[in-house]
Amino acid sequence: MLANASRLTPYLFLAPAVAVMVVALLYPLGYAIYASFLDWNPSQRIGEAEWVGLRNYAYLLGDAAFRESFWVTIRFAAIVVTIEMVLGVGLALLLDRKLRGMTVLRTVFILPMMIAPIVVGLMWRYMYHPTVGTLNRTLTDLGLPPAPWLSDGDWAFASIIIADVWQWTPFIFILALAALQSLPRSAMEAARIDGANGWQLIWHVKIPLMMPVLIVTALLRLIDAFKVLEVILVLTNGGPGLSTEIVALRIARTAQEFRDLGVASAMSNLLLLLLLALTIAMFGYTRWADARAARLAAAKEAEVG
Amino acid sequence: MPQIVFDGVRKSFGPTEVLPPLDLTLEDGEFTVLVGPSGCGKSTTLRLLAGLETLSGGEIRFDDRRIDTLEPKERDIAMVFQDYALYPHMSVAKNMSFALRLARENKAEIERRVHAAATTLGIDHLLDRKPAALSGGQRQRVAMGRALVRDASVFLFDEPLSNLDAKLRARMRVELGEMRTRIDKNMVYVTHDQVEAMTLGDRIVVLKDGAIQQQGSAEELFENPVNRFVAGFIGSPTMNFLPATIQERDGALVAEGEGFALPLAGPRQAIESGAREVEIGIRPSSFTTDMGAGAPVELRVSVAEYLGAQSVLVTRCGPHEVLAEVASTRRFKPGETATFAVPPDAILLFDRETGRRLAVPQHPTGG
Repeated sequence: MLANASRLTPYLFLAPAVAVMVVALLYPLGYAIYASFLDWNPSQRIGEAEWVGLRNYAYLLGDAAFRESFWVTIRFAAIVVTIEMVLGVGLALLLDRKLRGMTVLRTVFILPMMIAPIVVGLMWRYMYHPTVGTLNRTLTDLGLPPAPWLSDGDWAFASIIIADVWQWTPFIFILALAALQSLPRSAMEAARIDGANGWQLIWHVKIPLMMPVLIVTALLRLIDAFKVLEVILVLTNGGPGLSTEIVALRIARTAQEFRDLGVASAMSNLLLLLLLALTIAMFGYTRWADARAARLAAAKEAEVG
Repeated sequence: MPQIVFDGVRKSFGPTEVLPPLDLTLEDGEFTVLVGPSGCGKSTTLRLLAGLETLSGGEIRFDDRRIDTLEPKERDIAMVFQDYALYPHMSVAKNMSFALRLARENKAEIERRVHAAATTLGIDHLLDRKPAALSGGQRQRVAMGRALVRDASVFLFDEPLSNLDAKLRARMRVELGEMRTRIDKNMVYVTHDQVEAMTLGDRIVVLKDGAIQQQGSAEELFENPVNRFVAGFIGSPTMNFLPATIQERDGALVAEGEGFALPLAGPRQAIESGAREVEIGIRPSSFTTDMGAGAPVELRVSVAEYLGAQSVLVTRCGPHEVLAEVASTRRFKPGETATFAVPPDAILLFDRETGRRLAVPQHPTGG
């Protein structure tokens, strides 16, 4: 009896946390999944909504606007993460040295990351302003024609990329710098003696050794980039046309403007599936790396024993 | 295979001076060991030679060519690090061939040299492994192999054996000794272990606080140390030091202290230089049970450490602790008082203030 009780005790203590998780996490998730099978207008209660099965999903797959949105999101995420990785890692390689004032410089570099996205959006919107914005005023002062930062489709896409890169490169930078500083000093020295110049040292030793951290960092950033909303909402609200309408923004508009909660839920679920796939890829990579380390350790054990 | 010359080399880290001006010449083809306690500047000296640190003053020359302003890769050196410093992401073969690949050596030649070095070191079956899958001893060999394939003119070793367990260290020490006879290069080896220094070095340089105390062969340092520091550092168990006063008795010199009076083998210089208050040094191995060999000393045994053929006795001579190393043919018990003889010529005299050796007998060894 006592043994039985003690075996159940852990679950007893876990119960409150499980309850909170069910209410706060699983309930809304289940709700969203359920809602995605309904034709549901916000003026209806959920019970009054009509069950339509997979019709919302079928509609989305056939909807050119949604496909465009999906494509914009993937392009946006791929481009920003690539640029941010190159810049972030590059900066880290440049700033990984002992110089006077480096601590201050590093702090300045990570400031953008600490600003609320909505504020970043507003800041860039004023800078991109066609007539009074800093960017166009500077161009005009230099005798150059002003650029249609937010009014032309391609320019607008580039503009949101610039804003995102500005805000999130520091994230890559601090993680890459931390990775760099934990690399074994003596391996670097050995490489110098082996005749490696600066580039060869970076290319053959530093980058390969940082790779595990860089892969996880890139995946984290990728997952985040798929969910970006506020900056784009403030900057372009998805326009002009659909040029910057990423999925997160389309979901918000479908729910609020088109008043179609069923389709909005279906879209959320599709985005969730994509992010889930990325997350699984990330865990998969970590598991693979761990398994590999374990295998190596086992091989070593066999050798020694 | 150049002659290596340190000419007034200085090194400071901020306000801390690690190396006062250092003058040192390492001859062509010599195996030199820099030895000293931690913080004596031996590793710094090696790193200056490798080009991993910059000089604060002076210069280093290979023959007549100044090299301290060159990048490490331009100095034609290979180095083995204390923690091996292998590239964790490369296989053993790639680790060993890295320098050659950077130098764009042709593939067949790289392969040939890697295999030759790997066979010499007995690691040819490990070439595809990553460092993480190797034991400490194997990593050590790979680190050596990486230096060997380079065919550099100077080899540097920074405490290469200190991360190994005692048994493996002894084994690698022997292998290093063998390797040294096959490779006719300048080798500079840094260690804090006087056993490694004595067994490996053609020339041993004893450093303390960045200053050279003495340099010479193992025999010279062991038999004729120039000061108390070298005498205490070289040799195991450590030499005994006892404060004593020099007296003249019946025309002979006697060192007298609490619990002993030992006749000396005639170095009158000690008296002539006015040093009556001295410290005498006696190696533990100089105590003998053959009473005809010298004057008797009474030692009270407090611990007897049996080491097989030899035993180390921790004893008391008056208020002083004295170590004696004797054959285990006779066993001593703690608490026992025994009489030993000390040959007069086994007693070294040191200035009590400066630690300088007094009255260096027959074979003076400059330094």
